[in-house]
Amino acid sequence: MPEMTYGEAVNAALHRLMEELPETLVYGEDVGVPGGVFGVTRGLRKQYGERAFDTPISESAILGSAVGAAMFGRRPIVEIMWADFSLVALDQIVNQAANVRYVSGGRLTAPLTIRTQQGNAPGACAQHSQCLEALFLHVPGLRVCMPSTPQDAYDLLVTAVHCDDPVLVIENRTLYFGRKEPVETGGPVRPMGGARTRREGSDVTIVTWGAMTQRVLEAAGALAGDGIEAEVLETPWLNPFDTGAVVASVARTGRLAVVHEANVTGGFGAEVVARVAGAGVPLLAPPIRIGTPDVRMPAAPVLAQSLVPDAARITGDVRGLVKG
Amino acid sequence: MSERRLADLLAMWRIRAFEEKVRDLRTGDPAGGPIVGSVHLCVGQEAIPVGACDVLEPEDALFATYRGHGWALARGVPAEPLFAELMGRASGVNGGRGGSAYFTAAEYGFHGENSIVGAGAPIACGAALAGRHDGSNRVAVSVFGDGAMNQGAVHEAMNFAAAFSLPVVFVCENNRYSELTPIADMVRSPRLADRAAAYGMPGHRIDGNDAEAVRFHVRDALEVAREGGGPTLLECMTERLVGHYIGDAETYRQPGELERIRRREPIARLRAGLLADGVPEREIDAVERRARTEMDAAAEAARQAPLADPATAMEHLYA
Repeated sequence: MPEMTYGEAVNAALHRLMEELPETLVYGEDVGVPGGVFGVTRGLRKQYGERAFDTPISESAILGSAVGAAMFGRRPIVEIMWADFSLVALDQIVNQAANVRYVSGGRLTAPLTIRTQQGNAPGACAQHSQCLEALFLHVPGLRVCMPSTPQDAYDLLVTAVHCDDPVLVIENRTLYFGRKEPVETGGPVRPMGGARTRREGSDVTIVTWGAMTQRVLEAAGALAGDGIEAEVLETPWLNPFDTGAVVASVARTGRLAVVHEANVTGGFGAEVVARVAGAGVPLLAPPIRIGTPDVRMPAAPVLAQSLVPDAARITGDVRGLVKG
Repeated sequence: MSERRLADLLAMWRIRAFEEKVRDLRTGDPAGGPIVGSVHLCVGQEAIPVGACDVLEPEDALFATYRGHGWALARGVPAEPLFAELMGRASGVNGGRGGSAYFTAAEYGFHGENSIVGAGAPIACGAALAGRHDGSNRVAVSVFGDGAMNQGAVHEAMNFAAAFSLPVVFVCENNRYSELTPIADMVRSPRLADRAAAYGMPGHRIDGNDAEAVRFHVRDALEVAREGGGPTLLECMTERLVGHYIGDAETYRQPGELERIRRREPIARLRAGLLADGVPEREIDAVERRARTEMDAAAEAARQAPLADPATAMEHLYA
């Protein structure tokens, strides 16, 4: 198996998709000749010519044209360079892409994939740091996933592009240049959905996704030192969401913590807690949500780091949940 | 020659008779129904869809806005499923999921109305882009009003289409009102077609109340697009004889304005021209009767059809 970083895995998936699906197109700001600001689309222009191209800084035109091209048999994979920039063109995602199949009764479809990346990184400003997944998860008709490992970065993108619905793949730039890991490429297209048990434990279930996964695993290691065995369940697919896997785990552990980088109010963590509560799972303690407080994101690293959950905070909060 | 003009007259009367029937069904029943909700009619603007659709090929893509009933009819969508859609019937063109503002009938080359005034323009660019890769000779036509010219998506779409020489024809129906507000008050330069030059594409302000003029210019623009010459903007000057929506009090109208509009509206104009050319009046009047008879029957058939089944309301959300 080839060893790849997260960013290289995305690139490998794009190459595979361009190869196996002639109807794919890859475009967005600086994704063609420059190969993307993070190098993730490198080599596509050279290898696939006109099927990979640069666009004006026009998010409505990028997303809207992807909707139109998808309605006419293409399978566009478009990049919105920062998730924050999708807000410029939310209409094309929410009012347009998500409506095509439903309103036409399935006679028109919009199989487009939107790749973007989000989250805080040192020095990023308030308009380059937001975690917006909950906003998109509130939109019926739109699939949403957030891979955190090189293998998932590869697999989820392949699945997304093969899917006949609009899919939003939210990557994370702090992961692009991380550790190389073996990635199985060229395997069968995996089904959408499902959870990943990243660590088994019996005292508490920690549900997480995105870049927080690594911090949660770090925290779980620290908790083990205190004699607390945390089960870490990563849910890279948020729509469809594997409620069953979460409920089953919490039924075993009796405790639930949800950790996401997005701010807490209206975050998807609330939905996870509600689903577990709705399932009637008996709990040993009230569930907790760990996220960024409800505040704008400051640029100074020292300020931002005080807000985004880190392993120490997760460890402390989960310890409090278990020890009371 | 008069044969084509009579065909135009029939096509325009079909639209007007449809719209007037919709108005009656929307306002006629004090208990509400059979048509409820927000409806935007295109009475007075019929010459634009009639002239344009006449020269479109079946493979071409067409995107309209919520004032798009006329475009659906001119593209060949039968009236009955359109009425049925307005009445929330299972036999509606979208099975009751679209309503007045979201007619969609891809099988007729009608790729949908849209409630977001400028949203169809980038989508049309995508239909054109797909054509570049699927070996078709498709042109995408994007229709919107003068008000949409001030929405960002239209700007992005025009630049996108021009930068990539995409085969798109942008048809702006300038009825002089941006919803309830004169467009002239919302722009510094009222000749919207002039904006085309800034994108490096041809732009023409044309008589939108003359189906033949529309046909001529759209045919030209389609030809340029098919030959790789890129997009064109056509600003079709017209006026609506009705409110922005059914129920609009039209307080923004000037005294005598509607009387002036009625003298130059496309059906009255074509009728006068045909009479001047010696076409017998009874032949001209028969066209209107034929259209009204068709629409009365279509509306009645739609009314008889069963309502959409609530058990299907969750269907077709995902693949």
